[in-house]
Amino acid sequence: MLKKVSTIPHQGTPEQAQRLAEVIAKYKHDKSNLMAVMQEAQAIYDYLPIEVQTEIARGMDVPLEKVYGVATFYAQFSLTPKGETHISVCLGTACYVKGSGDIYDRLQEELGIGGDECTPDRKFSLTACRCIGACGLAPVLTVNDEVYGRLTADDVPGIIAKYN
Amino acid sequence: MEMLNVKVNGIAVSVPKGATILEAARKAGVEIPTLCFMKEKNEIGACRICVVEATGARGLVTACVYPVTEGMEIQTNTPKVRAARKTTLELILSTHDQNCLSCVRSTNCELQKLCLEYGVDSKAYAGFKPTYELDYSVPHLVRDNNKCILCRRCVAACNEQYVSVIGANNRGIDTCIGHPFDMPLGDTSCISCGQCTVVCPTGALVEHDDTDKVWAALADPTKHVVVETAPAVRATLGECFGMPIGTNVEGKMVAALRRLGFDFVFDTNTAADFTIVEEATELLNRVKNGGKLPLITSCSPGWIKFCEYYYPEYIDHLSSCKSPQQMGGALIKTYWAEKMGYKPEDVFVVSIMPCTAKKFEIERDDECAAGAGNPDVDVVLTTRELSRMINRAGIQFTSLPDEDFDPALGVDTGAAVIFGATGGVMEAALRTANDVLTGKDNENLVFEEVRGTAGIKEATYTIAGLPVKVAVASGISNAKVIMDKIASGEADWTFVEIMACPGGCVNGGGQPIQPQYVRDTVDLKAERAKALYSQDEAMTLRKSHKNPIVAEVYKDFFGGDWGCHKAHEILHTSYVKRDKFHH
Repeated sequence: MLKKVSTIPHQGTPEQAQRLAEVIAKYKHDKSNLMAVMQEAQAIYDYLPIEVQTEIARGMDVPLEKVYGVATFYAQFSLTPKGETHISVCLGTACYVKGSGDIYDRLQEELGIGGDECTPDRKFSLTACRCIGACGLAPVLTVNDEVYGRLTADDVPGIIAKYN
Repeated sequence: MEMLNVKVNGIAVSVPKGATILEAARKAGVEIPTLCFMKEKNEIGACRICVVEATGARGLVTACVYPVTEGMEIQTNTPKVRAARKTTLELILSTHDQNCLSCVRSTNCELQKLCLEYGVDSKAYAGFKPTYELDYSVPHLVRDNNKCILCRRCVAACNEQYVSVIGANNRGIDTCIGHPFDMPLGDTSCISCGQCTVVCPTGALVEHDDTDKVWAALADPTKHVVVETAPAVRATLGECFGMPIGTNVEGKMVAALRRLGFDFVFDTNTAADFTIVEEATELLNRVKNGGKLPLITSCSPGWIKFCEYYYPEYIDHLSSCKSPQQMGGALIKTYWAEKMGYKPEDVFVVSIMPCTAKKFEIERDDECAAGAGNPDVDVVLTTRELSRMINRAGIQFTSLPDEDFDPALGVDTGAAVIFGATGGVMEAALRTANDVLTGKDNENLVFEEVRGTAGIKEATYTIAGLPVKVAVASGISNAKVIMDKIASGEADWTFVEIMACPGGCVNGGGQPIQPQYVRDTVDLKAERAKALYSQDEAMTLRKSHKNPIVAEVYKDFFGGDWGCHKAHEILHTSYVKRDKFHH
């Protein structure tokens, strides 16, 4: 899948930078540790913006293109930040036939962002996911760790309002 | 060595254990098509055009990576194999723009050749076809991913050159060859070497075509249009016209340039002789005055850009000498223009180069000897672009007579000729240093240890009783080995020659395209270099400082010895520190 690259300016804290430096120091003796570093970096920052990938490339002494190639190949890596509230809509088969596509569209419309994007104020982010194993509740979405089921598109503004 | 006996299409052949089916087939004289394969560089079995049937294997196997076993019988031309290859080609075409009529690689395209051979239906699979914008962000090449077949040969070439600014991004149908964060190539630490353009099987990566600028200058009656040609071009240009690899076509090249309409045809070799005397002087000064050593050559703009990006703290090791191309342009627009009574701004200098990085070099700062805004060289054409101009002009290259360069800046020496091969600049410098330090006209001209296509060569010579340790590297991965030794302090060389392209300029990024099976089976670097070394051997003048033009220019124009103030003003430049992660 083509990955979206966030246009929201990266805001890292000195504490995060310190943690990333420690991760790189731990792994830099072997370049084949690149994926482990990227996974831990994503755990620190929630996503891998160019600034973080550049630090990884510099620290691990690997080309930036190599880091980016890995980041865009594996679904586990994200190039967009997560918002305070992260909404994930199930587009698995059961949810999809029950209309989760409409819910996903409506969320994009209400939030003013596309899929795999974050609002500029970093309050909301939106992704689609595959089956989360709650087909009995289809169509479902999750907001952070909460699950909402048996939804229609008209439920969307209410859910957003709860977190705004 | 354990040998295995196999049969390829019934032909018995014996190959070492570990050999692939492709190697066995090549030994048996059977050609198996490849697209992604590059011997020892890109052995990834990705494109699947090389599939064959082999006993003991399930289904079709990729010949380029599949090892043979004892008694294996291989069939390379069965209905099943032909059908699979045809389908593979049709699938490749389903995401290819198929604009062969306007593609510079048409008739010299590995994909096109195979499509014709296999009789494909070019519209067999009309599915999703991604479209990509062309990348024009650099002066030396254009990327058109609409023609890319994802073979990753450019990626392998870029890895071999260490910089790795090209890679595969995304996955599945979205996979494309590109740069980090899809930034344009111009925002990366690309060193402009152009090795990717030489290995691309299609027109996805081509040199930036500047021939229109040259046609326009040639048609402009107010311009004195002058051309200079690099040493390595005469050793390869013939390949564009079907001549054997390693044919020296100097005389025909000069004739073709005159017929194209250039007012004067000069030789960059003459400038190379100036490079040697200036660089030798710089070296002797550094040795005498405790300057930064080793001194490293600066003829290769790809190497210079690499040093600026990756070893910025070591740029003071670089010779401040301009490259021969730039010295040539500088001399044309100062010394020669003055001699002719021409205004420098009315002189248009075109250089013919084996190199794509030269297109970048002419845009550098501090390369305008005739005054700000008037570059030493106006346009660089690669060997390939020159061949296109010759064809368009209707010149029958192979039947041209041999002609000589215009003498004003067209007298050269054997020392300059060998600049085009790795070790050539070193040997030329040693010939001059040997004479200068001993005060004699030495008969020893051959420095065998610095010849040959090895990536790194080292030697110690005793000159006038002094030990001189030298190193020669070609290819950026080898340059990096040299630089790491300098950085760690373990290097004790006095003088180092570095060329960005493996084998030096004869294998430059602007040189004629040879299909990969030729690159896999012929040592292009060695064969092309032979043309230069045999020209050197046949010459009377073989030392740069014996070039009469060098003596004349220092006496009449620079008004001083080698390294004098005016020579320094015109023939030297400066470098900048770059950040490889600056975006």
